Formats: sequence, C-alpha cells, structure tokens
Amino acid sequence: MSIQIQNVSKRFGSFQALKDVSIDIQSGELIALLGPSGSGKTSLLRVIAGLEASDGGDILFDGQTITNRHPKERNVGFVFQHYALFRHMTVFNNVAYGLKVRPRKTRPSKEKIKDKVMELLQLVKLENFAERYPTQLSGGQRQRVALARALAVEPKVLLLDEPFGALDAKVRKELRRWLRKLHDEFHITSIFVTHDQEEALDVADRIVVMNNGQIEQIGSPDEVYTHPKSPFVYDFLGNVNLFKGRLHNGHLTHGEFTIAVPDSYAHTQEDAVGYVRPHNIQIEKTAVSGTVPAKVSHIHLLGPIVQIELRRKDVDEYLEAELSKEQYHTLQLKVGDEVFVKPKELKVFIPEDFSI
Amino acid sequence: MNSLTLKKKPAHIIPGFHLSLGYTMLYVSLLVLLPLAMIFIHTMTLSWSEFTSIVSNPRAVASYKLSFGTALAAGLLNVLFGTIIAWVLVRYHFPFKRIIDGLVDLPFALPTAVAGIALTSLYAPNGWIGRIFDFKIAFTPLGIIIALTFIGLPFVVRTVQPVLQNISAEIEEASASLGATRLQTFIKVIFPELLPAILTGFSLAFARALGEYGSVVFIAGNMPMKTEITPLIIMTKLEQYDYAGATSIAVVMLVTSFVLLFTINLIQWLANRRFVH
Repeated sequence: MSIQIQNVSKRFGSFQALKDVSIDIQSGELIALLGPSGSGKTSLLRVIAGLEASDGGDILFDGQTITNRHPKERNVGFVFQHYALFRHMTVFNNVAYGLKVRPRKTRPSKEKIKDKVMELLQLVKLENFAERYPTQLSGGQRQRVALARALAVEPKVLLLDEPFGALDAKVRKELRRWLRKLHDEFHITSIFVTHDQEEALDVADRIVVMNNGQIEQIGSPDEVYTHPKSPFVYDFLGNVNLFKGRLHNGHLTHGEFTIAVPDSYAHTQEDAVGYVRPHNIQIEKTAVSGTVPAKVSHIHLLGPIVQIELRRKDVDEYLEAELSKEQYHTLQLKVGDEVFVKPKELKVFIPEDFSI
Repeated sequence: MNSLTLKKKPAHIIPGFHLSLGYTMLYVSLLVLLPLAMIFIHTMTLSWSEFTSIVSNPRAVASYKLSFGTALAAGLLNVLFGTIIAWVLVRYHFPFKRIIDGLVDLPFALPTAVAGIALTSLYAPNGWIGRIFDFKIAFTPLGIIIALTFIGLPFVVRTVQPVLQNISAEIEEASASLGATRLQTFIKVIFPELLPAILTGFSLAFARALGEYGSVVFIAGNMPMKTEITPLIIMTKLEQYDYAGATSIAVVMLVTSFVLLFTINLIQWLANRRFVH
C-alpha cells in the first residue's frame, strides 16, 4: 500500500513536534525515519498509526484519506520499542490476539488461527516457545514475538518504533538484517523509526532525515550519506571535521589551507564552512602541496579502523582522521609524531543558508 | 579453626538478614500468633460436646451465615465500585480530583461507631434515604451490607490504583492497533493485569468486613436469627462472662476465615506465577 503524508502538523502544548511534514511512500518500500530525539520521528509514526491525532494535514493510504480513522480500522501493524507484549498471555496467545478479537463473522476458525500462529512463530524462529510467557524470553525474542503479533493481522503497513533500540549491539544487527530479509520476502510497506544512522543506512530503501519536526532530506542511503543537503544531515550521518573559513576565487581558505571548492561557489565571497569526514583526511609523513603540519595527539584502535586525533599547527584546532589498519601500519604513526594533513574531499555550506 | 571458617555460609549481600528475620518472627509471634493461640487455649477448657453444642446452636449458625454472606456481598460490591473509582481516579482529570482521592481513605479514619450511627440515621425508615424506598434497609441484612461496603471501600481502591497507574499506555495501543475494541482491550488486556490486585483488595475488604462490629451493631437491629452478626454473639457472651463460649464461636470464625483467605491467596499465587520468572 502506498502512503501519502500531506502537510501534517502536530503540537504538544507549546512544543511543535511536527511542522508541515509531507512524504510520498511507494508501495512495498522500507523507509527509515532518522533523527535525534525530539525531532518528531516517533510523533510522525504515531500519527500514521492513528495513535496520535494530527492538528493539520492528511494521511492517505492508497489515495484514500484515513486521517480520522481509528487505529483498529487502519490495518496497520505497530511494533513498540519496549515490545508492549501482553505479559499474562503465552507467546501463542500474544500472536493470536489480533485474530481472536475479530468480530465473529471475519474471525478465522480455531484450527486456522493455530496454523497461522505456528506459521508466524516458525518465521520468527520461536516455534518452540509457543507456551512460554514473555517474561521468560530475552529481549530479542520478545521483539520477534511483537513482530509476529503485528504480522498476524496481515497489515498493509508495518510501523516500527525504534524496534531494536533496547537490544544489545549484536542482536540489533542480526535482527535488522533479518527484518530486511523479511521485507524482501513479503513487500509490506514498512516505516521504522531510528536514531542510529548505521541502522538506517544498512536497512532502508530510503531515509527520511528529520530535525526539529521538519524533514531535512529524503533519499537513498547513498544519496543522504554522500550528498547531504544540509549541515545537519552531514553532521548526523557520521563524524565530521569543520573548516570555518572564507570563500575566495573558488577556494576556501582556513589557516594555511587553501582548498578548491565546487564551481557553484566560484564567484561568491563570503564566510563558509567546509565539512570533511574523518576518512577523507589524508595523512602524509612529508610535506606535499596543500598540506599543513599537525601533531598526532591520540590514537584509538577500534578493531579494523584506527581513529587518529591531530592538532593542527597553523590554527591550533583539532582534527579527527580515520585510517584502515593497513594504512596505519605503513605510516607507522605514534603519538607526538609530526605529520602533514589535507582534506581529500570537502563539502561547503554557507552559514546564512542554514542555521546550525 | 580452619574447617570452621570454611563451613561458614557466604554472607548475604544485603546486611541485617538475621536481625530483621528475628525481629519479624518475634513480632508475628507476640502480636499475632500468641493472642490467637489464647483463643484456642480458652476453648480447650470446654469438652468436645460442650464445644459442638455452643457452635452448632441455631442462633450461632444463623449468625455465621449472615456474617459470611454479608461480608462476601460487601467484598464483591467493593470489587465492582472500588475498581471503578480507581479507574476514574487514575484515568481522568477533573476538578477536586485530589479531594475525592483523599475522601476514599476516610472510612479508615472514622471511628466505626460514628459511621454506624451516620449510616443508620440515613437509611432508617424515616431517614433521608430510607424514606425514598418502600422497603426497609436499616435493620435488615441489606443495611449490614451497606455498612460493610462503606468500611471496606478503601481496600480495593488502594490496591488497584497503583497497578492501574503502572499499566503502560503502549499495551492498550498495541491492542487497539491489532483491531481490538475498547471493551475487548479492557476485558482481555487490562482486567487480567488488575486481577491480582483486585483479589488482594477483595480479601482485605472481606476480612475487614468479617470482623467488623462497631458500625454494624447500629444499623443491623440485632434481631436473633435474622440480623445478628457473629461478632455481636461473641460480645454478648463476653458480657455474660462466658469466655469459653465466646472463644469457641471465635474459633469457628477464625478457622473459616483462615481457610477462605488461604484459598484466595492460592488463587492469587496461581494468577501471579506466570508474571514472574
């Protein structure tokens, strides 16, 4: 089912949670709503589910307005961050719940409910846990029960509110890959909320980056990562080094740096900020054209990646660089070493265009 | 020496286990078990046939039926209305909510005799409320039920309230998004969560109603075989210095109450078991 969100606004007292949000979602897409806490992503999800009424705007499912429909008429599966399982019911009864509460006319027979539930439990690999109670399961297992429960009513849309937020890193990764596989098999239009950029980049077809109740950018994971439209998106999707300098003749100057910038800024002359990801900082042992001297102040070995903190000598600012283990070994860096650095790739934003 | 220290059990992480357990045992023994044992010891002064003739006296038997029947009815009424009051106090916001919340505890604080007199004057045939109905309320079992409901009100409210407060809204939202109506959500999701608390409230209200004396004697009318409660029979016997007779009736009440409360606890334990690991 396709979803259109048109100019939706929501206010809690004096707090504007959503400002004029519009998104078009194609049928069968897996969308990530990404943003920091308080950015409105959960509010938007709850408005789509009907758990919260919007103050203005419309929600359309397959072209039909459902803005004022009760959640139970929306045919939406909702998965909560803290599972929200019925703890006095067994896993089986939790999953069967949505089928058992149907009006007599549309309710499947007992055998059919049983078959359906067992099929779903097989899907989430919990067929041996049917008679357990939720308290007897681990977090990952509980969330899988919650997913099976949401899928039991054969929803047209699956909404997940930080579904893996309460799980540990390894289980989280496993579950999100599994969700992706599930989605590829069933093609249910799905929207999930997350504040973890890695999760969004890993799983989603498209990412909606939100901030302060507004959409900053919508695009494929590659698009938002490599072509962020605003400083906020750039900053939120990964670590970043800032070069607050001045644009002049197509170059950004900052300390002893003079870096060529894209043509679009060739004729402007104003203050600008260059954004560089740590892995785009080049480190040399000897001076090359365009480099500035810096001193290695810290080295963090994070498995396959080595994070290096540098102190620039020209402006006395810190830089963060990321190297692969191999690069690190060929360079043979030690704390206190003097090196020469330069940004390989840089994105320029002019402060007036964006308030950071 | 060495073997002794090896045998020593590992210390508890939370200190004071032995001290607090000892205190608990002493407290329970001195204040609960010992006085209760005196009832049995006093009763032992009677022969078995004397005991059975006292406790199976038709007047006593009628009073057991009345006491247990009215206490049960009052307990059930409190379950119904107490749950509603707790629901309203937790779920809605309205003016003077805190005052109403405070009023719930008043039956606890009021001397029971005062409650009895107040209720009697209201429900007597010429009282404000008694006048409206063309059947008698005070001086009938109905009046007793009203008095017992009054004094038992806080129990269910105060046990259900915190549990209801802790039920997360997400559970209800999950139920709604799965297609359940509000009524289905209440019956299938909320009520089972409240059940243990309701049972606790019920057993407390029931136990309190069984032993209640002060408020009932005024409104009951105390007609033998009709509106005479068991605690009143015990009082009457005590006033006649018939201690053994009083304690033998008390033994019957005590044993019956114990069996009933034990059963309720058992049900509760069964209902609770699934929530815990």
